[in-house]
Amino acid sequence: MENTHEVLEKLKSFDIALKETNLYPLTSSGIKVFQINLGKLCNQGCRHCHVEAGPDKKEIMTKETMKMCLKALRKGGYPVVDITGGAPEMNPDYRWFVKECKGLDRTIKTRTNLTVLTENGYSDMPDFFKDNKVEIIASLPYYLESTTDTQRGSGIFKKSIEALKMLNNTGYGVEGTGLTLNLVYNPCGAYLPPSQKSLEMDFKRELKRRYGISFNSLFTITNMPIGRFFKFLRDSNNFVQYTEKLQSSYNPAAAVSVMCREIVSIGWDGSIYDCDFNQMLGIRCNHGAPDHLRSFEPDKLNKRRIVTGFHCYGCTAGAGSSCTGAVA
Amino acid sequence: MNTYYNPEDLQKFSSVGKDAPELWKKFNEWYGAVFAEGALTEREKALIALAVAHAIQCPYCIDAYTQASLEKGANKEQMTEAVHVASAIRGGASLVHGVQMRNAAEKIGM
Repeated sequence: MENTHEVLEKLKSFDIALKETNLYPLTSSGIKVFQINLGKLCNQGCRHCHVEAGPDKKEIMTKETMKMCLKALRKGGYPVVDITGGAPEMNPDYRWFVKECKGLDRTIKTRTNLTVLTENGYSDMPDFFKDNKVEIIASLPYYLESTTDTQRGSGIFKKSIEALKMLNNTGYGVEGTGLTLNLVYNPCGAYLPPSQKSLEMDFKRELKRRYGISFNSLFTITNMPIGRFFKFLRDSNNFVQYTEKLQSSYNPAAAVSVMCREIVSIGWDGSIYDCDFNQMLGIRCNHGAPDHLRSFEPDKLNKRRIVTGFHCYGCTAGAGSSCTGAVA
Repeated sequence: MNTYYNPEDLQKFSSVGKDAPELWKKFNEWYGAVFAEGALTEREKALIALAVAHAIQCPYCIDAYTQASLEKGANKEQMTEAVHVASAIRGGASLVHGVQMRNAAEKIGM
């Protein structure tokens, strides 16, 4: 098996790549998106998941921490709230939190794995989303059952299609309704995503033709060598080739627009991170920036230096990758 | 175990340019232009390359263009059909020479 530590030591550090392209140090350009991870509880256990979310996870954001989030949101004035997880809908205070964010007149985006909407107790979620004008960002690795189920588990594709039909019936992804349904593609293996534009055309054509499903935009997201995807890379002897690929595909144009420059990521326990990936690696904000909601200071976060690591090559490879897809 | 082919050698392809750098440079420029988007998309070209790789049975090319096809958005169904196209042409090329066999047999036969 490949020794992953030795492999990383031999590769060029991300900070050197930044220096060589006059982008060092990487700093925030001002926060526009307040991203909140409501916890690791999920009804799925996807093989690529950097969160390592699952049904047995106990890390769940409390209502008290959510109140701290709302206080920070008011203080920072951020226009967009991006709610993620695990399956954020499974947090017992999810609906309360969404309504509170709506009360603050923010653009609310929620990540969903789709299948949770088909479970008992969640079938009314599409109407809830609609009533609160939530923008949905839903995971669907591919329009074929074999690929999706390989990544996310047996039976997931069929439930995902069922959920997408529910969302379309509520008006999501339908032209003229103003209800946004975006889909997320992750490669089902150790390779980079294809062109977002060309894959979006494929998804739109095939989902319409096969299932009568429509949606707004497709986001292609690169798999990070973190969490379960790291384990897959290590155990399948793909770690060397994938990490070398990420490093050799470094694109300075993607680094300029990298998402951590415009977001701040809040962990289930109120810790503050530069992004969801740093969160999963346990790397809190640093360089003088607050690292917990208790000491939240918008000015320091807006100007902060970002903590980087080798995994940052994942967001800067090729066309780049972010929570809203390709960046360059 | 000794083997003629070593997957790690694909990463060392550029070493063939060491003793003929100008030719290597020209090859790279032409190669890059061939695979750029043109009248055919990058994905179509990757699938063609994958098919040709199977026709000539180059293990380096099969590795490289499997990855390239996936990264250009092709799926395994499309890639498998491409391999069948290569196989059909190779098989058909052998079979059509059977006409020559028949011609030769007729010439010398009664």
